Amino acid sequence: MEISREILIGMYSKMLLLRRFDEKVVELYRSGMKGLYHLTAGGEAVAVGVCSALSQDDYILSTHRGKGHYLAKGGDLQAILAEFMEKQTGCNRGKGGPMHIIDPSVGMLGANGIVGSSLPIACGAALSAKLRRSGQVAAAFFGDGAANSGVWHECMNLAGIWKLPVIFVCENNFYQESVPVSRHSSIQDLYARAAGYNIPGYGIDGMDVSAVYEAAVEAVQRAKRGDGATMLECKTYRFHGHSEADPTKGLRYRSGEELAAWLEKCPLKQAKARLLERGWIADAELEAIDQRCTQGIEEAVNFAKSSPDVPAEWALKDVFTDDQGEICHEGC
Amino acid sequence: MKDVNYRTVVAGAIREEMERDERVFLMGQGVQAGGSYMTCEGLFDLFGPDRVRDTPISEDSVVGCAVGAAITGLRPIVEILYCDFALRAMDQIANQAAKYRYMSGGRMAAPMVIRTSCGYGASRAAQHSQSLESMFFHFPGLKIALPSSAYTAKGLMKSAIRDDNPVIIMESFQFYRTAGPAPEGDYTIPLGKAEVKKEGTDITLLAISAMVPQAMKAADSLAGEGIDVEVIDPLTLVPLDMETIVNSVQKTNRLLVVEGGTKRGGVGSEIIASVVEEAFDHLDCPPSRLAVPNTPIPFASNMEDLVLPNSASIANAIRRMLR
Ligand SMILES: Cc1ncc(C[n+]2csc(CCOP(=O)(O)OP(=O)(O)O)c2C)c(N)n1
Ligand SMILES: [Mg+2]
Repeated sequence: MEISREILIGMYSKMLLLRRFDEKVVELYRSGMKGLYHLTAGGEAVAVGVCSALSQDDYILSTHRGKGHYLAKGGDLQAILAEFMEKQTGCNRGKGGPMHIIDPSVGMLGANGIVGSSLPIACGAALSAKLRRSGQVAAAFFGDGAANSGVWHECMNLAGIWKLPVIFVCENNFYQESVPVSRHSSIQDLYARAAGYNIPGYGIDGMDVSAVYEAAVEAVQRAKRGDGATMLECKTYRFHGHSEADPTKGLRYRSGEELAAWLEKCPLKQAKARLLERGWIADAELEAIDQRCTQGIEEAVNFAKSSPDVPAEWALKDVFTDDQGEICHEGC
Repeated sequence: MKDVNYRTVVAGAIREEMERDERVFLMGQGVQAGGSYMTCEGLFDLFGPDRVRDTPISEDSVVGCAVGAAITGLRPIVEILYCDFALRAMDQIANQAAKYRYMSGGRMAAPMVIRTSCGYGASRAAQHSQSLESMFFHFPGLKIALPSSAYTAKGLMKSAIRDDNPVIIMESFQFYRTAGPAPEGDYTIPLGKAEVKKEGTDITLLAISAMVPQAMKAADSLAGEGIDVEVIDPLTLVPLDMETIVNSVQKTNRLLVVEGGTKRGGVGSEIIASVVEEAFDHLDCPPSRLAVPNTPIPFASNMEDLVLPNSASIANAIRRMLR
């Protein structure tokens, strides 16, 4: 498949947005923004490659590391930053925060604080699309660590027997927090497991946005044809620590040389080099893209800052759709 | 009104809702063959494999699938034969389904029903005899219904399926062999309205699920001794009809809660705490709980009889409280 100039520039711009967003989050976090932030940096090609193959009304389900997936799916910069900053305009009205980003308007059905738990929800969204004959697909992002949860195996089997229009996107960044994949998984090429569930599985260079995109397009087509699920194992790396609570970039358990080698494979660097090599972009345009990203983020920060704080009483709403059912209706 | 078998009523209620609303579908182990307790009989023939889905033994992912389907516009029903097995799915039930509405700031809803059983008294031992309603009770965001008759089985099932929130329906398997009056055609019973099964003036006896018939029997025998028991079946634990319970206690000035679950951290503990907060001044004696002492359920019938409340132990407890 030949990827057009337009698509590659689009994907490069998205990846840059995700990177600049991460940088802004670090800055805000260091100056007191609350929450636990697991950043995307290093994994941009997976988020953007997959989401670029999806339509607006397709679904994604994500993980604790879900901010990039949301933005890649067309998420709202203002809504996510307002959420982090505890504002009324936040996408979850202040009740979710960085691990629970939900925004049905772009098909983001949920990041998740419980590793592996978004996988069956993706299967359910896919089942729903199939029963409604809507033609939608669901992409489920998960880490190498999540691939060892019981529910992952259940989901692969379910998707296999029910031929669900779901794409299992494994972000194998070689670590489950500090535990390397060599110590947590009985097999290093996780995609090989897909065969056991009668699902096609592919190992993809997760630092190459074009490779991810191509594989995702094929998986989407398979799902829409009614031929069921696909597993894409994208080998990638995270450039930060597991979360921003670890400012050492994970150097307690991985070497600086290893990190440096992966930084060389940076997905943005690669995409930029390809654009330049093909003469598809000029320096000025690259500069303009960067400026647009930075400016959009700056505007979103200002929007969030000027939004009203969430009222504390909202904590008592939204337990039920009818806001009833609580046992202490008086005096509590 | 003629008597109908409880399980036929359950299947009928699901059938009527599936006919009424094409978003409703059913998943469970063996539901295509009618379900292990035959509570889904005939549904597969009517609705086919898309809407009546047999599942692998994957409670966690099947409930998760229901969550995913519910938040994208369908109304799934999952059958989990014994509530003991629901422990496998507690992450999806408690961390996901119960919290979707809340975590999304009210932007999403997970309208789904989990049908499961609770029950004991059939020599099924520790892993098939639990009444885990107090576990579900703990998590904000889940509604819980425990129908105790054919009539309530149908009305509550229909309300649960039409509700926009996740609802757990616990059917005590003792009831599957019973029959009772249940009108044909459409009717619902609101979630959150207790049923006063028998009016009385001396003590309020709140009975959960399979304890309802035991409570009625105890009330009957105590009537012969001149003790007038008011029996209340809450029908739903969330929402809980505190108004009916508190009104009753204000009249009788005494409260006994009887349940088939573990005493410690049980439903009775919570209800009594709430009654004490709301109606302490009306109580003439300490409110009391009758429940399984803090043991698992044993196999041998004499041991099982010992740990579970029954009409005789309920009557004894009431005699003590009135002394
Ligand atoms: C069920 C569960 N166990 C443990 C955790 C704590 N935890 C959060 S993220 C994480 C590592 C996940 O690794 P992986 O799936 O590879 O994702 P990555 O962080 O590398 O993107 C762990 C152990 C959790 N959130 N949920
Ligand atoms: Mg990982």
